[in-house]
Amino acid sequence: MAFGNAEMKPAPFDYHRPATLEEALALLERYEGDAKVLAGGQSLIPLMNMRLARPAALIDLERVAGLTGLRFDGDVLHVGAMTRHMEIERSAAVRERIGILSAAMPYVGHLAIRSRGTFGGSLAHADPAAELPALATLFDATFTIAGSGGTREVPWSDFFITFLTSCLEPAEILTGITLTLAPPQAGWSFHEIARRHGDFALAGCAARVELDAEGERIASARVALFGVDATPVRLLEAEPALIGLVSSAAAIADIAAAAAAKLEPATDVHGSTAFRRDIARRLIASGIRDAAAHASSLRTPEKVRA
Amino acid sequence: MTPDRHTVALTVNGAPFKRTVEGRLLLSDFLRHDLEFTGTHVGCEHGVCGSCTVLVDGNPTRSCLMLAVQADGHAIETVEGLAPDAATLSPLQAAFRKHHALQCGYCTPGFLMTASALLRVTEHPSRLEIKEALSGNLCRCTGYSGIVDAVDEIANGKPNAV
Repeated sequence: MAFGNAEMKPAPFDYHRPATLEEALALLERYEGDAKVLAGGQSLIPLMNMRLARPAALIDLERVAGLTGLRFDGDVLHVGAMTRHMEIERSAAVRERIGILSAAMPYVGHLAIRSRGTFGGSLAHADPAAELPALATLFDATFTIAGSGGTREVPWSDFFITFLTSCLEPAEILTGITLTLAPPQAGWSFHEIARRHGDFALAGCAARVELDAEGERIASARVALFGVDATPVRLLEAEPALIGLVSSAAAIADIAAAAAAKLEPATDVHGSTAFRRDIARRLIASGIRDAAAHASSLRTPEKVRA
Repeated sequence: MTPDRHTVALTVNGAPFKRTVEGRLLLSDFLRHDLEFTGTHVGCEHGVCGSCTVLVDGNPTRSCLMLAVQADGHAIETVEGLAPDAATLSPLQAAFRKHHALQCGYCTPGFLMTASALLRVTEHPSRLEIKEALSGNLCRCTGYSGIVDAVDEIANGKPNAV
């Protein structure tokens, strides 16, 4: 069958498949900002199919050595940027030590997306409605970024700039992400509201809570939101106010309302700003309570043994 | 301008193929137009509908979100690989027919490949797990009940009831 160029969807580009990071970085330099890094391609290729993106070249990282895998080291987890979502989803060690990441994975697109999509690709894409950037903020992620001048480490608070924009320069490559694990007694919750399962979130909330020695009051709390602003949002102002509260405290609803009022979610066909703020308010409150309940449930085996 | 051409060597349903393609050729179009595996259907072409789902090294993958050149060195499975011969449906295909799990049939190859992958990794998936696995495939003839019934039957027994 001869269809000529009729079957070509993306605009022409040069395809490169370097074997080393140095080679990949040199290629990015050579194209002077007109090349894109190809990781899993599950966000970039749709944009290219619709010709919303027309890079002069794609630098495919699939065969660059050393960019894949999960490595637990003390209280941190190193994730290679090219580690596919499916590997994380199926990892027993991840389920055991950072269960919220396992719980969030089924919300990342669909199975056929997760089989190709990568952890680093999702973070570098920096979609504020995506799940993984919010989780990165919840675990104090540090981003390892390689450039021709060397490697730099960037904290999450400097990584996410705005919609679909990270601090990555055109000739840099995200090579890995380091997450600081929560203590084993920390509870967590993950909630997402979307029009259909697998869609991007209208709003979502990931929370982790530690209780005091008596298991009654909140000793520390972290809350991260997605889909509600130009970047993932950590509630750094609200979090200290939660300390000392019991999980049934009415004050939690007030803290949630005050935090939601500061958000600037966009109005679009899927929901208004006010609607998204209201979802966020409810998710924050229930997210904190559910994480506290989870932390409480983690204590139960000790009580049974005693 | 120098054409951006690359050699792709891969297997499709176990058979080896080698072609030279442009870097921008999608795997879906490579399968259909270059290798003539036209059972892989192309729907939305931006990763939403799931019609073009094939297996890459056993994992369900949107062939419209992968370049042909990225398939170099990998094992691809398409709907043509399911039936043992031209006159015999595979058990899953037979269950689809029995349960009226298709009307127009456009989405069917994607559903069959997604379900095949599920049945390989999950021995007895629950109905909920079946629905979750199939949630990335769209059917616009509202045939989901029959599709879930068909997969459920293959996953959870009654192999003789055709």
